[in-house]
Amino acid sequence: MKKILEVDDLHISFDTFAGKVQAIRGVSFDLYKGETLAIVGESGSGKSVTTRTIMRLLANNGHIDQGKILFKGEDLVHKTEREMQKIRGKEIAMIFQDPMTSLDPTMNIGNQVAESLRKHKKVSKKEALASALELLKLVGIPNAEQRLKNYPHQFSGGQRQRIVIAIALICYPEILIADEPTTALDVTIQAQIIELMKEIQQKIQTSIIFITHDLGVVANVADRVAVMYGGRIIEVGTSDEIFYHPQHPYTWGLLSSMPTLEMEENELYAIPGSPPDLLDPPKGDAFYPRNEYALKIDTLEAPPFFEVSPTHQAATWLLAPHAPKVTPPKEIVRRWRLYEQKTGLKQTALN
Amino acid sequence: MKNFLKYLLKRIFFMLITLWLIATVTFFLMKFLPGSPYVNQEKLSPEQIAILNKQAGLDRPVIEQYGIYLKNIVQGDFGTSFQFKNQPVAKLLVDRIGPSVQLGVQAIILGTLMGILLGVIAAMRQNTWVDTVATLVAILGRSIPNFVFAVLLQLLFAIKWQVLPIAKWDQGFISTILPTVALAMSPLADSARFIRTEMVEVLGSDYIELARAKGLSYWQVAFKHGLRNSLIPLITLLGPLAVSLMTGSLVVENIFAIPGIGEQFVKSILTNDYPTIMAVTLLFSTMLVVVILIVDILYGLVDPRIRVSGGSET
Repeated sequence: MKKILEVDDLHISFDTFAGKVQAIRGVSFDLYKGETLAIVGESGSGKSVTTRTIMRLLANNGHIDQGKILFKGEDLVHKTEREMQKIRGKEIAMIFQDPMTSLDPTMNIGNQVAESLRKHKKVSKKEALASALELLKLVGIPNAEQRLKNYPHQFSGGQRQRIVIAIALICYPEILIADEPTTALDVTIQAQIIELMKEIQQKIQTSIIFITHDLGVVANVADRVAVMYGGRIIEVGTSDEIFYHPQHPYTWGLLSSMPTLEMEENELYAIPGSPPDLLDPPKGDAFYPRNEYALKIDTLEAPPFFEVSPTHQAATWLLAPHAPKVTPPKEIVRRWRLYEQKTGLKQTALN
Repeated sequence: MKNFLKYLLKRIFFMLITLWLIATVTFFLMKFLPGSPYVNQEKLSPEQIAILNKQAGLDRPVIEQYGIYLKNIVQGDFGTSFQFKNQPVAKLLVDRIGPSVQLGVQAIILGTLMGILLGVIAAMRQNTWVDTVATLVAILGRSIPNFVFAVLLQLLFAIKWQVLPIAKWDQGFISTILPTVALAMSPLADSARFIRTEMVEVLGSDYIELARAKGLSYWQVAFKHGLRNSLIPLITLLGPLAVSLMTGSLVVENIFAIPGIGEQFVKSILTNDYPTIMAVTLLFSTMLVVVILIVDILYGLVDPRIRVSGGSET
């Protein structure tokens, strides 16, 4: 598959009154044409910052300290603001989290959807509005013709998110960044929006980076999943590999804390402790203080990526050649067994 | 559109009630004021005063005077001035209001436009020297009285560089430049301050980020999405400010020798010129209620969420 975006060893920090916050500490990932990559992590893990950086829409106090973002062979890190304006909205577009606040309340939706097209392509206002209408139909706004002149407050939350999606899609971008697009919606609408995104991806063959903290949503949309913790990616693999063959104790924690129908106990698991302080990040593995499987080396040195399969890597010392064998939580063992049945692969740790 | 007309008629009805209340309150307040129109003119004998009072109907019971007054204004008759050589008040006001309204309108347009520009620039260059300069201008404009600016402008443009007339009201637009600028300082300062504060908040909102993600430049975002959303508090402020400017400023009118209405109003109060006081009060009140109506309609134009009963949900 064709690689469309390559993020390499990205370091981002923010100047604050308290000091320098190292929000991203060496993030690398690839995005292939037509795939959906989910970036999962808790608040403050750096998932939104990473994607804002790809758009080069960091707040003024944020700096890219190091790293490359290669889009079609060109490094976005060194693009000027003017060059970025030609890429934003046209080649890389973004869907935002809260549809209630992400539309301009004083502009009618026809103009809001058409705006991006008018900026990037030489089209007349009439043509742009015609395209906007087409797209609003595509995303499922009923009576779109009559509603072009309506304002955001005349739409429901789910409809507004459809409009936000239409705005992002109007130039048929190669990459669509969806920053928790379903978080602010109720569950039935969530499912509709996700279905819509999958449908549209089929139609226009765009690549999607899907940011979320909701693993249930991820299972539904993602081809591949990257799990972030403390400003780093700690595990990346295909959806199946992350959900049924996870290796990092943090991923174990995330999956165990997700309610499933098969769960026997009534009790829901919660990862103890709180996220690391990125003003002064720990020297070793950032997850070490909350990790019940932590090894001594975790306090001293951050683990490198160990390859589990050609598509699956995890940054945990548990995968080192001489690491002690541990038994993961019950829920994870259950998932591993399902994976064994599915693939016929034997899990050494379960012997 | 039908809804809008209905709304408009309703508003006009309430405006008339408001004006009637104002006229009533002013009428009775005036009667409680000490002194009478002819007392200051010391040369008059008590008999002469009695004759004059009778002529003007001031010897009748107050309630009857009120009735006659209301009847007259409904018929468009504002009476004759006691002071200005028995001229009809209506004519007096028509002659005087022109220059004041012209200056007021010019000042509010100049001040607001410059203020908005200054405020937007300050917000876009937040916490830089540009912002500091804009804030300084706003503070100066707000705290220095406009007659100080007036004198300063005369000194520079009329005396030192001699490019503009100093205090003559006979050269058309040229004569209005200096007083307009002097009067514009306070709306300029106010709108700059309001727009800056509001803009800073709006620029941090999600729809601004979305507009940026569309590939719009920073300034395009500011003017297409930021400004309109920042205008609402300014409109609230502008209504009353516009009226106070259009009704004339006594001091500025004096400095530039402008035959405006501000001077007229003050004189009529000092001389207990009842018909003029009443007419001027009613005129100012009418301007205020009309401006408030315009402001309410403007809100709807700027922000579709508060469109007056006209906007229908589909």
